[in-house]
Amino acid sequence: MPSPAPRFGVLQFPGSNCDQDCVRSLRDDCGFEAELVWHGSWSLEGFDAIIVPGGFSYGDYLRCGAMAKHSPVMGAVQRLAYAGLPIIGICNGFQILCEAGLLPGALVRNRSLHYICEFLSLRVETTDSPFTSHCHEGQLLRLPIGHGEGCYFADEATLDELEANRQVLLRYVDPASGEPTEGSNPNGSKRHIAGICNRERNVFGLMPHPDRASHSRLGSIDGKLIFEAMAEAARSAAV
Amino acid sequence: MTQLQFAFPSTPVASSPITPEVVAEHGLTQDEFQRIVQILGREPNLTELGIFSVMWSEHCSYKNSRLELRKFPTTGPSVLVKAGEENAGVIDIGDGWGVAFKMESHNHPSAVEPFQGAATGVGGIIRDIFTMGARPVFLLNSLRFGPITEPVPSAWGTSTPSAAEIATNRRLFAGVVSGIAHYGNCIGLPTIGGEIYFDPSYSGNPLVNVFCAGVLRHEQIARGAATGIGNPVFYVGAETGRDGLAGAAFASRELTEESKEDRPAVQVGDPFKEKLLLEACLELLAIDGAVAGIQDMGAAGLTCSTCETASRGGTGVEIDLALVPQRERGMNAYEILLSESQERMLIIANKGREADVRRVFEKWELPYAEIGRVTDDGMMRVRHGTLGVVAEIPARQLAEEAPLYKPAAKEPAPAPRLKLADLPVLDCHESLLRLLAHPNLASRRWVYRQYDHMVRGGCVVAPGSDAAVFYVREADKFLAATSDCNATFCALQPRQGAMMAVAEAARNLVCSGAQPIAVTDNLNFGNPNKPENFWQLRECVEGLAEACRAFNTPVTGGNVSLYNESPQAAIDPTPTVGMVGIIQEEKHITRAHFRDAGDAILLIGSISGGLGGSQYLLQLHGRKEGPLPRFDLKSEIALQECVLALIRMGLVKSAHDCSEGGLAAALAECCFVGPALIGASVALGTRNLDRREDDLLFGEAPSRIIVTTTGANAAAVLALAQARELQARSLGTVGGDELVIHTDTTRHAWSVAELHAAWSGALPALMD
Repeated sequence: MPSPAPRFGVLQFPGSNCDQDCVRSLRDDCGFEAELVWHGSWSLEGFDAIIVPGGFSYGDYLRCGAMAKHSPVMGAVQRLAYAGLPIIGICNGFQILCEAGLLPGALVRNRSLHYICEFLSLRVETTDSPFTSHCHEGQLLRLPIGHGEGCYFADEATLDELEANRQVLLRYVDPASGEPTEGSNPNGSKRHIAGICNRERNVFGLMPHPDRASHSRLGSIDGKLIFEAMAEAARSAAV
Repeated sequence: MTQLQFAFPSTPVASSPITPEVVAEHGLTQDEFQRIVQILGREPNLTELGIFSVMWSEHCSYKNSRLELRKFPTTGPSVLVKAGEENAGVIDIGDGWGVAFKMESHNHPSAVEPFQGAATGVGGIIRDIFTMGARPVFLLNSLRFGPITEPVPSAWGTSTPSAAEIATNRRLFAGVVSGIAHYGNCIGLPTIGGEIYFDPSYSGNPLVNVFCAGVLRHEQIARGAATGIGNPVFYVGAETGRDGLAGAAFASRELTEESKEDRPAVQVGDPFKEKLLLEACLELLAIDGAVAGIQDMGAAGLTCSTCETASRGGTGVEIDLALVPQRERGMNAYEILLSESQERMLIIANKGREADVRRVFEKWELPYAEIGRVTDDGMMRVRHGTLGVVAEIPARQLAEEAPLYKPAAKEPAPAPRLKLADLPVLDCHESLLRLLAHPNLASRRWVYRQYDHMVRGGCVVAPGSDAAVFYVREADKFLAATSDCNATFCALQPRQGAMMAVAEAARNLVCSGAQPIAVTDNLNFGNPNKPENFWQLRECVEGLAEACRAFNTPVTGGNVSLYNESPQAAIDPTPTVGMVGIIQEEKHITRAHFRDAGDAILLIGSISGGLGGSQYLLQLHGRKEGPLPRFDLKSEIALQECVLALIRMGLVKSAHDCSEGGLAAALAECCFVGPALIGASVALGTRNLDRREDDLLFGEAPSRIIVTTTGANAAAVLALAQARELQARSLGTVGGDELVIHTDTTRHAWSVAELHAAWSGALPALMD
């Protein structure tokens, strides 16, 4: 018997602007159930997986993600994270998860000081996560970025620990060689990091947008690999 | 007692006497003042004078251009909301869906403060769209700056732009682009296309024209009318401050050295607040029966929105300024009424539905206040707390009866005419490389990489192709959009230049597989009181009108920006055309780049060119000279109908129009704008035509489209085009890694990688 479609909750903060894109991507392109959840909600009951979407929550005032982490819904996100449900933060969502302490490190201004929007190549560093389990190790994904503050930063000890625990899930690489190079790093991220998970592996933050790569019409369907893996993990967690 | 410095320096106090000097300072003539006295039946007080001065400024009243604008075709079976009726026009796109779109300028503010000037321009046009009840879906922009490179010496006679001027132009360019990026990216609307040109005529007076499109169900169209006597009037959105005081009046003057002191007339934008306002307004408008009317506060702020809604509703509006949310203390009535603080709206709710307004605006944590009500006496009546009534003006006369002028027009001395025999033929190999690396032709990636063009998940054809294509998920429709204007052509022959702008916009849409449906325009000209400038305006309007009629694309609205003059002279006349088209089926979407080796390259349209007004002449020889290449609407329309038919028959693999840089630049672009570089070999045989090589390669004759098709289909395509009495010829085939162009006498060859490097490297090298 097929397991029921998982229900994704997509958080909506004042200033989120990829919230509707995420819902459409999940519903129309992946065939999952997805609902918007207003940031003032105290509960996330009934959801099997959570998306913290991109955008400019609170206008990025103070610091990207710094205001959003105080929203009531973030308490519920913390509880679900401890309970082991898959939670993904995309772009501004990644920044929020870092600010909330669910992921280590921080995202700072791009090296060029410009906002950058374009498709890039990302290498899957490990398939051992509920987000990359549908990829193969070393697979190159074509996903777009769109951010002004996506330069991943952490101290050397933290970076070493991330590497040792295989928490780096995605790295910016050169599409031809598949290797990280200075030229293929769009924002100056430490060790070319594009996405990391927590030690427990159920919370994932990434700067690229899987929600913008879930239909061939948009130039890539590689984003679906991530959402589909997440859905499978959510289903088995529910069982 | 010391005065606090943050107060607007020249804010008059209510008790100042109305002297002829005060009237003149408000940009009103003595005749206009007499008319005000007549309307009021008494002398206005200072606040009322301020109100009239902004409402009767060119920016709000179009007093110098309105008679000309009446020449535009504005009706058609698909027009749901006509030009001038509301904040933006609305066009039917089928299945109960409509598209609202409009273009607006923010030239003067951007000249003084490029980042905020451009950012608030974006904010303003977005409000115009969601005021209509439409969900904004994408943005375009059309930008003009002075040169950012050293032009060839002979170009500008003795007045070659100085290093300082070039540095200023670069600063303006970079500032405008980041301002647009800042606002558009944050609010979450994709900027998916547009155009950018550099010419000395814009030094000191850049043009920033921004375009927004939104979609809505027919039954969702909201009106900017204050209807229902007794209905409550709400102010919603950001608090009112002293910023942007009388910006509309500022926009209706020439820029001078002293304009920098007008910096307080430039507003500061907050895209986050506008995002909240957008969501809140759309949420409120979706509640059946809650809203009677809605209007954004743009130019002339609270003044314009109250008198216009009353005028449209055939009613009056009474408000109390003491109830208006304010950012600063001690603002007087004059300041509150004329402030152009951003991100504010006026909402006329239906009586008894006040709770809906409160609930929605509390959810979005936005300031709101009930500030008045709709009355039956036709007056715009403004109270200010205990001060009582501070202004009382018949709303209709204020909003609709600004004096209309018919400025004198005089044809200037004709533009210099090119004597081809005097023009040396430059090395064609090097010329193409130089043209592709010129900022007017070079890759715009440096720009659009800074714009989020992917948010809302609909950008199907990204910036850099002939027209942008956007998939509107809500409506399941594919829209194409472009903005175009070759201002050099308009400077040389305004009427024909304007017609060619419409034709090029339509051609770009057709090349992407779309049927053009409607137009918005942004008329950028110099001071209309100079007869030569007004003549250009009139010629351009008549040219646009004739072409729009021929293409069956009604003008649904737009904007007029006059007084675009730098200390040297007026700008080149720039009637920017924004055009929207609809693509019937996804499979009709067509792109510019060559696709597969072996495909046949065909040229539909005439091969004969003409160097007048071309970039080759302008940028490499330094001559802005006519005459323009021949153009007639009939053959242009035949060409476009043919190519669209071929696309719909599934015969076309790529389509690209020929514009700046002529046939050679167009072929080069076809080789490198796709996902991978690919070469081509073509022969431009012109036996009997006696054409010069440079004319053949770089002449900018319009009405030509390069298409590719499979080798097997080539003969059929040529026959179909010829059956429509169009010239059509086979040029060659796609393949290899060189662009090879054979003329009768010479074989020219470029490595595609080299062409691509010149084209893609130019802007980063100048700007990073």
